[in-house]
Amino acid sequence: MRERLNAILEAHPYLAARPSADCRAFNCPPEHLIGLLTCLRDEHGFDFLTDVTAIDHQEARPRFEVLYHLFSTERHDYLRLATPCADDQQPACPSVTALWPTADWHEREAYDMFGIRFAGHPDLRRILMWDGYPYFPLRKEFPLAGLETPFPSEDLTEATGASVLPAPMLGGPFHSAQGGPMSAREPRAGDQSWTETRPRPAAAEGAPPGAA
Amino acid sequence: MSTLSSDYTYNSKIEGEVVVSRADAVINWVRRHSVWPMPMGIACCAIELMAAGGSRFDISRFGMEVMRFSPRQSDCMIVAGTVTYKMAQVVRRIYDQMAEPKWVVAMGACASTGGMYRSYAVLQGVDRVVPVDVYISGCPPRPEALLDGMMRLQEKIKNEASTRQLLRDRPVRPLAYANK
Repeated sequence: MRERLNAILEAHPYLAARPSADCRAFNCPPEHLIGLLTCLRDEHGFDFLTDVTAIDHQEARPRFEVLYHLFSTERHDYLRLATPCADDQQPACPSVTALWPTADWHEREAYDMFGIRFAGHPDLRRILMWDGYPYFPLRKEFPLAGLETPFPSEDLTEATGASVLPAPMLGGPFHSAQGGPMSAREPRAGDQSWTETRPRPAAAEGAPPGAA
Repeated sequence: MSTLSSDYTYNSKIEGEVVVSRADAVINWVRRHSVWPMPMGIACCAIELMAAGGSRFDISRFGMEVMRFSPRQSDCMIVAGTVTYKMAQVVRRIYDQMAEPKWVVAMGACASTGGMYRSYAVLQGVDRVVPVDVYISGCPPRPEALLDGMMRLQEKIKNEASTRQLLRDRPVRPLAYANK
């Protein structure tokens, strides 16, 4: 394996070794990406694309990197490739769907979560969030709780008045206390003034749960 | 064979005792012992829901074994699982397709409050889009907890003013969670 990887490095001088805790990893400039992946698939037996994902470095430039995890079903070898995206505002990367059809949904997910546009992708739509969702949730500036947006369908908004709201990260109807003995840290209702046997105070009627 | 006049009168040997009751009591008795659940199984709670349908826990003891996957044929939606915002519209549409009278059971922490998913993608309680009758705690609730919740639903159905609602339109029930 080591000889093979060294041969790959020698044959492609633009490659740089990338620090990695497990399998071998390389950094590859985006203009050589398709050629290199074709070579790895056809000549070095990396016939299985395990994963395509991305990293948002936020401060560092270039901000976005796309990662490819390759696997050789013949020799049971893993290889990781990283390529930077040129534009930090509108990150883009060439699509590898022509090499591995499985890249289709992986790239759609990376587009959905990070907003990376894969040039040459046959059907680049969101895959997890709904069409028309205005944010890319795995970008570093996006809060885990989410941001307020309209509901995906208008008829639902009309019928319920509901919208997408930030989730309560602390508190909320059921939560655990952050301190105290373990018996007091079990998740429980924030407002315990009423139960199914003890009626709800009349003043709180109609108010959202936990508001009292 | 000749017909006797007594054949047309009340025959206690055939018809038994006369039961006098209120229409509400009879309607509610029928309704609560033939709930047809619509299993809205969208996460692991659905596994417990399936267990409740099996012979060990036997939901048919309460007349609820007829699970129907069509909203047109069911009258109690059991929301068993995590409802994402993308799925919320589906839940609401299926609820709208169910015929009255209908009830909703929020099974488990996720359906009731969003559960452990305090996240941008998950609806924080299905009571924001459909009116919920019974909330069942647990993550996931055991089948016994589901059965207990369904028995509480039966108690609730028992006390409904069904006759009055038959004569006029059944009122649109408000959502438990007041949306902004």
